[in-house]
Amino acid sequence: MNPFSSGTRLRDMIRAIRACKTAAEERAVVRKECAAIRAAIDENDRDYRHRNLSKLMFIHMLGYPTHFGQMECLKLIASPGFPEKRIGYLALMLLLDERQEVLMLVTNSLKQDLNHTNQYIVGLALCALGNICSAEMARDLAPEVERLLQFRDPNVRKKAALCAIRIIKKVPDLAENFINSAAALLREKHHGVLITGVQLCTELCKVSAEALEYFRMKCTESVVRSLKDLVNSPYAPEYDIAGITDPFLHIRLLKLLRVLGEGNADASDLMNDILAQVATKTESNKVAGNAILYESVQTIMSVEDSGGLRVLAINILGRFLSNSDNNIRYVALNMLMKAVTADAQAVQRHRATILECVKDSDASIQKKALELVYVLVNESNVKPLTKELIDYLEVSDQEFRADLTAKICSIVSEFSPEKIWYIDQMLKVLSEAGNFVKDEVWHALIVVITNAYDLHGYTVRALYRTLQTSAEQESLVRVAVWCIGEYGDILVKNVGMLDIEEPIVVTESDAVDILEMVIKQHTSDLTTKAMALIALLKLSSRFPSCSESIRNIITQYKGNLVLELQQRSIEFNKVLANHQNISSALVERMPVLDEATFIGRKAGSMLGTASTPRGPSVNIPNGVAKPSVAPLVDLLDLSSDDVPAPSPSGGDLLQDLLGVDLPPASQQLGSGQAPKSGTDVLLDLLSVGSPSVPPMSPSALSLSSTTDILSSSMNNKTPTSPLDDLTSLSLSAGAAPMMDLLDGLTSSPPTENNGLVYPSITAFESSSLRVTFNFSKETGKPQTTIIQAAFTNLTSNIYTDFIFQAAVPKFLQLHLDPASGHALPASGDGSITQTLRVTNTQHGKKNLIMRMRIAYKVNGKDTLEEGQINNFPRELGG
Amino acid sequence: MIHFVLLISRQGKVRLTKWYSPYTQKERTKVIRELSGVILSRAPKLCNFVDWRGYKVVYKRYASLYFCMCIDQDDNELEVLEIIHHYVEILDRYFGSVCELDLIFNFHKAYYILDELLIAGELQESSKKTVARLIAAQDALVETAKEEASSLSNIIAQATK
Repeated sequence: MNPFSSGTRLRDMIRAIRACKTAAEERAVVRKECAAIRAAIDENDRDYRHRNLSKLMFIHMLGYPTHFGQMECLKLIASPGFPEKRIGYLALMLLLDERQEVLMLVTNSLKQDLNHTNQYIVGLALCALGNICSAEMARDLAPEVERLLQFRDPNVRKKAALCAIRIIKKVPDLAENFINSAAALLREKHHGVLITGVQLCTELCKVSAEALEYFRMKCTESVVRSLKDLVNSPYAPEYDIAGITDPFLHIRLLKLLRVLGEGNADASDLMNDILAQVATKTESNKVAGNAILYESVQTIMSVEDSGGLRVLAINILGRFLSNSDNNIRYVALNMLMKAVTADAQAVQRHRATILECVKDSDASIQKKALELVYVLVNESNVKPLTKELIDYLEVSDQEFRADLTAKICSIVSEFSPEKIWYIDQMLKVLSEAGNFVKDEVWHALIVVITNAYDLHGYTVRALYRTLQTSAEQESLVRVAVWCIGEYGDILVKNVGMLDIEEPIVVTESDAVDILEMVIKQHTSDLTTKAMALIALLKLSSRFPSCSESIRNIITQYKGNLVLELQQRSIEFNKVLANHQNISSALVERMPVLDEATFIGRKAGSMLGTASTPRGPSVNIPNGVAKPSVAPLVDLLDLSSDDVPAPSPSGGDLLQDLLGVDLPPASQQLGSGQAPKSGTDVLLDLLSVGSPSVPPMSPSALSLSSTTDILSSSMNNKTPTSPLDDLTSLSLSAGAAPMMDLLDGLTSSPPTENNGLVYPSITAFESSSLRVTFNFSKETGKPQTTIIQAAFTNLTSNIYTDFIFQAAVPKFLQLHLDPASGHALPASGDGSITQTLRVTNTQHGKKNLIMRMRIAYKVNGKDTLEEGQINNFPRELGG
Repeated sequence: MIHFVLLISRQGKVRLTKWYSPYTQKERTKVIRELSGVILSRAPKLCNFVDWRGYKVVYKRYASLYFCMCIDQDDNELEVLEIIHHYVEILDRYFGSVCELDLIFNFHKAYYILDELLIAGELQESSKKTVARLIAAQDALVETAKEEASSLSNIIAQATK
C-alpha cells in the first residue's frame, strides 16, 4: 500500500487545516494532502477513493485547484455501491461545470443509473443531471427523464420534473415532449410533486407558445382549484409555516396563474376571485404571508385588468411601504416600479414616502427609491422633488452621490419649467457635487446659458459667487470660467440685475484675479487651465485696463511643460502684443448655440446616426460664414464617443479642425483651402505666433486652417468671428478632444524637437485597463525622457479615485506631474493623461525600466493593477 | 431561479457553494470575493437584499454564517428568505441545533440536504419531514454498505488466518 494513502482521515485533514495559523501553513498542509491524493490516484487506489474525493471537495472549497481529481468522480460514479456513487455525484457537481469536456464521459453512467432498480440511485443521477447537464446531455437523456416523470415513487417524480426544467432550458425544442406528462403532474396530491410540476408547467409556458396555449385551455381551472383548496385547507403541520399551509406552493401556483393570465382576458377572469381572496385573506405579520401577498400583487399587476383588483394591489403596496421592516419596504419599492406603468396615478400618492426612502440608511433601499423617484417625476412635481433631492445631496454618502447627481441632472434637464430654475438647480448641483457631473451635463448647461439672454448677468454673478466657495468642484469651475470669460463685462457692470439678486460689486481686477486663482489652483486640470487662458484672453479686450496684468499671467505659461498650455500662452501673448487692432474682433462673444439642434444632435448621436440636417450650411457660399448651428454643436459634442464621421461639406469645417485626430491631413487641407481668399494676414500672424511649434504639426495645421476661415469670414463681413468660436469651443469641448489633440501632437513625427521619432508603446494592458506611453525629449537634454501616459478604461464601469504610481531603479530619477483627472469614463470614452519625466543618469548604457501600480475604484470597490514596463523603445537611448 | 447558493462565515471563509448556472472556476472565485465584500460589510438591521450585476442576492445571517442565494430580478425575494430559513431548519433538525463546526466537518451532509431541497435552482420539497426522511434513508443505505464491507473483510481475515 502507498505510504501516503493510509494517512489522514477527512476529519483529521480538516482539523489540520483549521489549526493553521497562517496562509502559508495552510498551503503547506494542502500541498501535502494533494500530493498524497495524487499518488493514490496514480496507484488507482480503490479503498480510499471516496475519502480522497471528500478531501478534494474540501480543498476545492478553500479555493485550491483540484482538476486532477475530476476523473476520480467518474470512477466513483461507475462503481456499484450507493455510498461511492453518492460521493461521486456530489463531487461531480462541485468540481465540474457543464462546460467541461470530461462531463461527456459521464453520460453513459448517468443513463445506467437513471434505469437503476434502487430509487435512491435514480435520485442521485437525476439530481446531478438537473444541476449540471449540458445541451448534449439533455438531448441524450431526455427520454429517460420523461419516463421517470411517471415513476411510482413521488420523490423520483419531483426530481424528474426539475430535471425536465433544466432540459427544456438547455434545449427548448424538447419542450413539447414534456407537455402531457407535466399536465398530469398538476393533478398530483403530493406537495413536492405538485410544486415541481407547477414549476415545470411555468417553465414550459415560457419556452413554448404551444405549451402556453395548451395549459391555458386545459389547466387554468385546475390550477385555480388547487390554489383554492390550498388557501382553504385545514391546518397541516407538515407544511405549515407561520400559520399558512405551504407558502411555497402558494407562490408557485400564483406564478403559474400569472403566466396563464397575462394577455388573456378569459383566463384572467377565471382567476379573479381567488386572487382577491389571497390578497385580502392572507396574514401579513410574517415573512411567509408577505411573500404570498407580494407574489399576488405581482400576478394582479400582470394579468388582464379588472379595476378593483388593481386598487387592492396598490393598497397592499402602500401598506408594505409604511412597514417598519426594511425587507418589506424594499420589495414594495421594487413592485411600485413595475406598477408605475400600469397605474402611475396610484403610485404618485405614495411619493412622499418614497422620497423618505431615498434618505434611508440602507444603500439597497436608497437605490431602489431613487430609481422610483426618477420615473415619478413630471412637470407638475419637478420643483419640490428636485429641491428634496438636492437638499439630500448635501448630506448623502460619497458612494451614493454619483448616482444621485446623475439622476438629478437628468430630471432637471428633462422637466425644467423655466430657464432660471434650471440654471439655479444646476449651479446647486455643480457646487455640491461638481466632480460627479458628466461632461455632457455641463456642456448642456453652457448651451442653455448662452440662450438665456436676459439671464447672462444673473448667471455670471451667481457663478462668480459660488466659485469663491466651491472652487474644488471641477465642472463648476469650468462653467464659471467660461461664463466669466464670455460675460466678464456684464459681471462688472451689473447688467441685467434681477430683483431677487443681492447686489454685488466686482471690479475688473477681481474678475481677473479669480481666473488667476483658478489657473494656479493645483486641483485644476489641463482642460480647466486651458479654459482659463482663453477666458483671460477674452477679458483682455473687455477690460483694457487689466490687459497688462492679463498678459503677465498668460506669459507665465510660456515655458509650461504641457504643450497645450505652452502653445496657447505663446500664441495669445502674440495676439495681445502685436495685434491689438484686431484682437477685440478676435475675442468677441460666442454666437448663440441653438438648443434644439443641440438636443436633437444629442439624441441623434445616441441613436448612432447624425440626423442633423446639413443641407443649409452647404448652400451658403462659404459654409463657415454662418457657423452658428450644426458645426458648433459638433464641437460641443466631441467628447462623446460617437462623433459622426466628418462630411466634407463646409459646415463641418470646424469639427474637422478640432477633431485633429479624426480626418486625414489631406481632408483637413482640402477643407481648409475651400475659402481661398485673403488668407495671408492671419495665417502669418498665427504661425509667427507659435515659433516653438513647427508649422506642420497638426495643431498648427488646424490653426492655420482656422486662419483661413477667419480671414475669409471676415471678408464676408459676418457678424461673428469664427476663431473666437473655435477657441472657446475647443475648450468647452471638454477633456477628450483636448487629449486627442495632445495625442496627435506627441505621436506625429514633426513635433519632436530634435527630429527623432519615438514610437509610442502600450505599456500595460489588462482586460480592464490600457496604458499607452508617448515619448518626447527636451532639446539639449537627451537623458531626460518626457512620457505622456494615457489611461483608457476597457470595461463598461466608471473608475473613480484613479491613482497611477510608478517606481524606477536608482539610476533613474522620476518626476510625476499631477494627472488630468481621477475618474476614468467607461468603455474608452475618454482617458486620463499624466506626464512623467524620467532622467537617466546612465544614459546610453542602461535602458529605461519601470514598475507601475494603478489603484482605482469600480463601483466603490478598490482594485489594484500592477505591472513592469520594460518595452521602452531603444531609440530613447536608455 | 436560484443561480447559486453560498455559505460564508463572518471571517469570509467559504463553507458551502452550489452553482446552478455555469460559472468557471475563475468567475466563482471572483463572485465569492466580490459578494463577501458586499455582504459582510453591511450593517445589521438593513434589508436582506443586495442588487448585484443585474441579479438580486438574498442573504441572511444565522449566528456566524451568512446564507446567500442569488436570484433573478423578477423572483420573489421574500420567498427566497423563507427558503433559506427552510434549509436552516432542516439542517438544525438533522444535526440537532446546528453550528458552523457541524457544517465544516460534515460539509458533505450539508450538500446532501441541499440536494434534497433544490435541483436546477428550483425548489424541490416544501416538507421538512420528507427531506429528513429521505436523508435518513440514504444515510442508512450507506451504513448498511459499511457494515457489509467490514463483516466481509472480517470473514476474509478469518479465512486467511
